[in-house]
Amino acid sequence: MNFTTFLLALFDGVSYAALVFIVALGLTLIFGVMRILNVAHGSLYAIGAYATVSIVGWVLAMGAAPVLAFPLMLVSAVLVGVLIGGPIEYFLLRRIYDKSEVLQLLVTFAVFMILEDVQRLVWGTQPYFEAQALRALGNVSVFGVTYTVYQLILLPSVAIVLLLGLRFFLRRTVTGKLITATTEDREAAQSIGIDADRVFLLTFVLGAVLAGLGGALASPTTSILPGMGADMIVLSFAVVATAGLGQIEGAALTALMIGMGRSFAIYIWPEIAVLVPYLIMVLVLLVRPEGLFGSPAARKI
Amino acid sequence: MSWLWVVGIALLALVPFVAPNLQLLVSFALAKGLAVVGVTVLLRAGQVSFGHALFFGISAYIGAFVMASFPATEFLVILIAGTLGATLAGLVVGLFVVRYRGIFFGMLNLAFSMIFWSILEKFYHYTGGADGIRLTRPTVLGMELGRGAFELFLYYLAIVLVVALGWFTIRWFASPVGQLFQTIKTNETRLEYLGISPRRALLSGYLLSAALCGVGGILMATTQGVVTPEYVWWVRSAEMVFIAVLGGAGSVRGAFIGALIYEFVRTYASAYAGDVWQMLLGAFLLVIILFAPGGIMGLIGAAFSRGGRKSS
Repeated sequence: MNFTTFLLALFDGVSYAALVFIVALGLTLIFGVMRILNVAHGSLYAIGAYATVSIVGWVLAMGAAPVLAFPLMLVSAVLVGVLIGGPIEYFLLRRIYDKSEVLQLLVTFAVFMILEDVQRLVWGTQPYFEAQALRALGNVSVFGVTYTVYQLILLPSVAIVLLLGLRFFLRRTVTGKLITATTEDREAAQSIGIDADRVFLLTFVLGAVLAGLGGALASPTTSILPGMGADMIVLSFAVVATAGLGQIEGAALTALMIGMGRSFAIYIWPEIAVLVPYLIMVLVLLVRPEGLFGSPAARKI
Repeated sequence: MSWLWVVGIALLALVPFVAPNLQLLVSFALAKGLAVVGVTVLLRAGQVSFGHALFFGISAYIGAFVMASFPATEFLVILIAGTLGATLAGLVVGLFVVRYRGIFFGMLNLAFSMIFWSILEKFYHYTGGADGIRLTRPTVLGMELGRGAFELFLYYLAIVLVVALGWFTIRWFASPVGQLFQTIKTNETRLEYLGISPRRALLSGYLLSAALCGVGGILMATTQGVVTPEYVWWVRSAEMVFIAVLGGAGSVRGAFIGALIYEFVRTYASAYAGDVWQMLLGAFLLVIILFAPGGIMGLIGAAFSRGGRKSS
């Protein structure tokens, strides 16, 4: 492996890790607060990508400047989070918080199945491609290796801003502290007047927006096709479990490990690239059963 | 209520004569049902595996490899090889995952199945990749059967295996090991206080569940005549959990009833509503969870206890 391929693998890894992190962040947030592993998260990611391609394609076809694609990505993500994520929490999840873990998982699995068909009905099965945003930012050259600004600078920056932003939000703002308090002890939080229902709704919508944003940001770099949601969800599950459940910093580190492992595998031994994330997960959990940043749970007798 | 089950099994046995076009559908349902019992076993210990299609697929692929290497193999050999392979894989994975509970248990199983899935997809020189491997028809007790006769043989074999293994699993739950195993769900720490290793108890159940999936996988592979990586995909594993909950989480009989109903809904939904069958299935699942969390066994139990105020 010469220096140029090394750099290429490194850049691939960084941009991929940034995307995976953004999606896994939403999943981590939802799991951390609500203790629900949301299988439908992958569908929200896919629909975020589809919605972006449609909206951006539609607006740019009217002659708007390509730069407009960026605010439109955010708009699509918020639309997905509010219009799809909101109702999922309000009409479905709310009814099953006191039920067993398996049932909660299966509700989100049912939503996943429903959304897969909705997505097929709305967008069909043909692949979409819309790379205006990627081209709008141009390329950058690092040590003779040319790479897109979008993937090398924008994606990692967004990931870092979201990481720091979410940390700040949860630890420094009142709403964030209300969320953390509800996570720690729902009953105690309610007894001091926190509206837990609203906290859960807000958290879920926020997580869904992050899934949609992941899809929106992924859309210029890949062709959008059915099955992309299913692929992403198992990958972000791997990130969340390896990180230690609900650990934001852990998710960042794991996403980076998985992104790097995968992109180097593509250059060295392409057959095992798909396998790498799960190998990393198994190896990490073998050494640290609670995940990278997790702590052993207290046991009740 | 036990006479009801006898009637049910008798009805199943009549299917090839009364409604021959349902024969294949029921065959698939029985094969899947065995795997669902495997998932049900773990649900009894309060653990959900999101990767049990792994054992279903390992057994199916072992069957395919044996057939490809030794043409005209005896069916019994394939059945035993597949089941043994799945059980052995269950031992390897089990030794590792029994240390974990809850979400970690489920996700680790998922990871192992995804590893196997990507090997099947990527090493296509050996596995045929996404196209999979086509199976020739094995001999049965030295006889070369025609397609119809072979399918009929598989159908009745499936019924026999379902009755035998279903009965065995119910007995196992009632046995001392099975009782210990179920305590993992309710109070694991007390098990430890008694000087018993919950890990070992969980491993024994894990082996049973892998073996059940193995038998189901072989039946599925020989009935379908082709194995593909799809057998191991995580959505297949999720489907097994889905069916287990549909039938009534923790119930062996419910697993088979769930599998039959699932296969019917799936087949007819995809025949009459090709574009939205997944949506219908998802909606069906939501209705069951929200309005009948005890699953179909819960509904049956409620229907029977209404008159006599019996509790089950």
